[in-house]
Parts: sequence; C-alpha cells; structure tokens
Amino acid sequence: MKILVPVKRVIDYNVKVRVKSDGSGVETANVKMSMNPFDEIAVEEAIRLKEAGTAEEVVAISIGPDKAQETLRTALAMGADRAILVKTDEIVEPLSVAKILKAVVDEESPKLVVLGKQAIDDDANQTGQMLAALLGWGQGTFANEVKIEGEKAEITREVDGGLQTVSLDLPAIVTTDLRLNEPRYASLPNIMKAKKKPLDTKTPDDYGVDVAARLKVLKTEEPPERSAGEILENVDQLVDKLKNKEGVL
Amino acid sequence: MMSGVDSDVFEQLVETVGRFARERLIPEERRVEEEDAIPEDIIDEMKAMGLFGLSVPQEFGGIGLNVPQEARLIETLCYASLTFRSLIGTNVGIGAQGIVMDGTDEQRERWLPGIASGDIIASFALTEPDHGSDAGGIRTSALRDGSDFAINGTKRYITNAVRAGVFTVFARTDPEKTGADGVSAFIVPADTPGITVATPDRKMGQRGTKTSDVIFDDVRVPESAILGGPDRLHRGFRTAMKVLDRGRIHVGAMAVGQSQRMLDIATDYALERKQFGKPIGEHQLVQGLLADCQAELHAARALVRASAETFDREGKAIVEASCTKYFCTEAAGRIADRALQIHGGAGYMAEYDIERLYRDIRLLRIYEGTSQIQQLVIARRTLAQRAGRA
Ligand SMILES: Cc1cc2nc3c(=O)[nH]c(=O)nc-3n(C[C@H](O)[C@H](O)[C@H](O)COP(=O)(O)OP(=O)(O)OC[C@H]3O[C@@H](n4cnc5c(N)ncnc54)[C@H](O)[C@@H]3O)c2cc1C
Repeated sequence: MKILVPVKRVIDYNVKVRVKSDGSGVETANVKMSMNPFDEIAVEEAIRLKEAGTAEEVVAISIGPDKAQETLRTALAMGADRAILVKTDEIVEPLSVAKILKAVVDEESPKLVVLGKQAIDDDANQTGQMLAALLGWGQGTFANEVKIEGEKAEITREVDGGLQTVSLDLPAIVTTDLRLNEPRYASLPNIMKAKKKPLDTKTPDDYGVDVAARLKVLKTEEPPERSAGEILENVDQLVDKLKNKEGVL
Repeated sequence: MMSGVDSDVFEQLVETVGRFARERLIPEERRVEEEDAIPEDIIDEMKAMGLFGLSVPQEFGGIGLNVPQEARLIETLCYASLTFRSLIGTNVGIGAQGIVMDGTDEQRERWLPGIASGDIIASFALTEPDHGSDAGGIRTSALRDGSDFAINGTKRYITNAVRAGVFTVFARTDPEKTGADGVSAFIVPADTPGITVATPDRKMGQRGTKTSDVIFDDVRVPESAILGGPDRLHRGFRTAMKVLDRGRIHVGAMAVGQSQRMLDIATDYALERKQFGKPIGEHQLVQGLLADCQAELHAARALVRASAETFDREGKAIVEASCTKYFCTEAAGRIADRALQIHGGAGYMAEYDIERLYRDIRLLRIYEGTSQIQQLVIARRTLAQRAGRA
C-alpha cells in the first residue's frame, strides 16, 4: 500500500505573527517557517503504518515555493521515502490544492491520503474534504485513531462531545487531529540521509490546474488589544457602569 | 577546511537539536536535578537522535561535523542543562577525539562506530589526585612486561567513568622521565581485569553527571592498545594536548549556550517583576546589567566562531582556543552573577532555574584547563611570539 502525505510550509507555531502595515496579509519576510503541525502528525502516522508493515511506501508532497523543499526534507528525514514539490509562488487556495492533489493521486494511485485537518496559517479545514469529494472517496476527518484492516480503514474521529468511529472502504482520505500521535524528532543521521532521497519538482501546469485565486482578501487585522481593567469602589458604581456606560444591563 | 556537513542540511540539524533541547530536555531539568540522574528514556532519545556521534567521521557512523559546526550545535544543545551535554560530551570530545585524531585504522574501526551510536561511552582519564593542572607530571605507570604493559595508578574526577565502555588512559611509559615526554596514551576496554570505578563524586552542580576515581591495579594491555600504535610510545601527551585544544573551543560554545539561556531568563524576569510601580527592566541600573550580559555574550559567540574557523583552516588554534575558553567561561560566570542579581531574592531560591544554572556553569572555569592555565598558555605564547621564538 502506498500513502500520500501532503505537507504545507507555514509560519512556525512559536512565532508571534504580525499583520502587514497595509493590511494585505501577514508578514512572512524573515519569519521562521516550518511544517504545519497537523501535517507532522500525518507524516508520523504514515510512517508508523509503514513501520507496522501495513504500508510499503510513503510519498510526501508539498505545493508551494522553492523553500517548501525544506519542509519536504523534514518529511523525508522523519521517514518518508520520496517527495514531490509542486512549485508555485502564488497563494494557493484549498480548492486548487485539492485539484492538484487529485491529479497526483490519479498518477500515483495511493490507497490512503493522510492530511492535516487544517493548516495553522489560514485555518481553512477544507482541503481533505474537497479532495475526498473530487475523488469520490470516503473520508475520516479529525482522526484520533487509524486502523487499517484489509481493504477497510477504521477511523476514530474527534467530534463534539466524544469519539465517533467510522469504517471506510479504501482508498480513502484521512485528516489528522492533534491527539492522533506525537510526531518524532528526525534523527541527525536521517536528516543527512534525507538529502539523498528522491525529490521531484513539478508545477501546477504539469497537472493542468489553474491556481489563480477565486477568493479576494478584503482586509487583515490584528486582534483587538485587551484594554486594562478598572477597579470600582462598590456595587452601585458597577451597576451604574453596566447600565449607562457599557449598556449591557 | 574540513568538509563537515552541507550548509542546508546543517541548518536542519541545528533546528532539530534546538527544538529537542527546548521541548524535550529543558522540561526534564528539574527531574534530573532531583534524581541526580538522566532518565533512561531521555538517554535513549539522545542516542536515537545521533548526538553521541556529532564529531565522529561519517565513514564510522558519525555525523562528521567540522569544528565551527560542532561549536554551533553544542551551543544550541547547551541552551538546555549542561548535564545533558556531559552525557554525550566525552564521546563527542575528549574521550573519542584522541582515537579520531591519532588512532590506527584498526582502533578507529573497533571503537568509533560504537562511540558514534552511543552504545560505547568513551572516557578520558588524565587527571590524578596529585596531578591536575600539572598533567604532564602524572604518576600512573604503564611498564612493559613481556609483550604487554601493566598499568598501575589512580585517576580522579573522570567524567562518565561509571558508564564507560572504553577509557583513553594516560600513563608514564618511561619511568626515567618525569615530564610530559615519557607519557603514552592507551585505549583500555572498561571490562579489563584490574579496573575499579569508585562511587560517583558528590558535586556542586550539574547534578546527573557522573565523575569518579578510577583505580588501575596491574591492568594488563597489549602493545596494540597504545593509541596510534607502538610508534606512538611516549608520545601520548601530544595527543592529550591536541584533544584539549579542540575541546577548549567546545567548552567556549557550551558557555555561550548557557549564557544565552541565562540572559533570556533574566530578561523575562526583568519584564515581569515590578518594583516602584514599574517593571524592574525599566530601571536603568537593571538595564546596565542586561546590557553587559548582552555585550559579553555577543563577544563570546563571535570569539568561538572565529577560533573554530581558525582551527578548521589551520588544523590547530592554540592561543585562539585558550583565549576562547578563558574569555567565554569567565564571561559566563559574570553573566550568571548578573542574571542572578536581576532575580533578587528569587535568584537564591531553588525554585528558579537561575539558581541551578549559576552552580552548573561554575565548572566551566575549572576543567579542561583552569582559567589560570589558559592565562599561562596565552601569555607564554604571546611573549614567545614577540620574542621571535615561535
Ligand atoms: C566535574 C569535573 C569533571 C572532570 N572530568 C575530567 C575527565 O573526564 N578527565 C580528566 O582527566 N579530568 C577531569 N577533570 C579534572 C580537571 O581537568 C581538573 O580538575 C583541572 O585540570 C584542575 O586540576 P586540579 O583539580 O587538580 O586543580 P589544581 O591543578 O590543583 O589547581 C588548583 C588551583 O591552582 C591553580 N594553579 C595550578 N597550577 C597553576 C600555575 N602553574 N599557575 C597559576 N595557577 C595555577 C589552578 O588554576 C587552580 O586555581 C574533571 C574535573 C571536574 C571538577
């Protein structure tokens, strides 16, 4: 069985993100980037399936700028066998990503595509679902546990108020939630070996996908700053304030 | 210049080690302090990560970093407690470098792969009860007996002796000579009959690290155990000095890593703690303390880098390495003192990390050549150079 794992290069989760002064987006120049944490979990899960003998090959794919190679190298260092970079400097929306992934799936015929449930930059939470729709495959989103038995996948999902288990026919789509596993650190020798693993470079054109944006971002803003609290003398003052100043009573 | 690792790959190594230090090691520091031991699962993770093989050449299963790269990675690792570094320290540095630099092909093949993986811990046994700074005067003897040598003597403060698989032992093979000339280095498996490792010492800081006396009682080794082969009989002290030369840059890098940590902690505290109605960081005298830390840290880091590059380019850097160890470790002492001062009473309390870091870094000015010995090396070379003799 072959597993395809899409990985996205995003602003590192430790970075305090700043909005560009013209409000057109967030500042990404000279900002530390790394693999989307949910995608790390996806890579880890795929590698575990390989280590358990369930999968034979793990292919990592990233759609993004040249630098996304670094993210792919991380996936390779963790244990993926080979990688594909679909190179574009555009901001690629979930639907375009899903279309490219569909074309890659048609070419590679994996039995399983494991994606992060969302990327921490745009929090869209759409790519896996759109890909499932385009392919007409079953989907197990927000996975907390993945079990493969023969031609079926049993996915335990994190849903409001508990866990739900679904059974899918393979091939299928899985999107990972935070508690699925704890991703490993790539070892230093494996980071060095990763450099020698195959990494193919393609473009969206190779797959006949037009990545032009369909959505227009109107404005990006910093969250409002929390203003300082005020200590009042007594309850009367509080009631007065809530009634007359804040208008909540 | 030694090849080292490609720079793009190297950046990934730094990134990974930095993350490992922050996410895995720092959270374990208190447990290590309380239990006076590094948990086994952390030891296994450090092995799996490949940290024991940083400076072992790739052909023997190591990472094969050059000296500037080793320094940068050690600085990164030493953002976490020095105790973790001590575990890998002898394999990366003094315990293994003798074999890397001067070992015969057979010796390297026999020992380096295990050292790189961490399955064999390598210890360096030079210091004795009566010979520390005066290492050239060691009394442990290795006298020829037929085709063997019989080693007798006591070594002191030997890091990682309790875990050692192999010792590099320095012993006097020429009893006629009293100085460094009559000393040879031997590679001695730790299970050789006659070796006793004493109970680990109780220390001021770096709890979880292990040093012990090692007693050699008629320990018999063949001629092939001489580091570098029989040709290097009586020439072991030069190996020791070369190993320590490289090690001094490594210790400088350790000091830089810890200094950065202490400055960060002190800065966070200065932002948070309020006195006289504002964060203490807004009081100019506290700013003075922070500025002095930052300036010395920058100087120390730049010095490590410059010396490491010289070592790589020229194969040695005697004055540079001594200046580096001397300046960086003394600066770390001053930075520790200021960082603690910024904490006020809290800095004296075990609850705050600075109290432990302050004790931990004290060692850096003592081992691998005390500050005074570095001053001697630097001054003698400086005088000799000017006098036209060097
Ligand atoms: C935790 C720890 C781990 C260690 N690990 C190892 C190890 O793995 N292997 C190993 O072989 N050794 C190890 N050592 C030993 C270490 O290298 C020595 O402690 C160090 O070299 C100093 O020697 P000493 O302790 O005998 O001090 P001494 O040499 O007795 O020095 C005492 C004082 O006198 C000063 N002094 C000495 N000679 C002179 C001089 N000529 N001019 C001016 N001042 C002088 C010194 O600077 C110092 O201040 C370790 C030590 C410690 C504390």
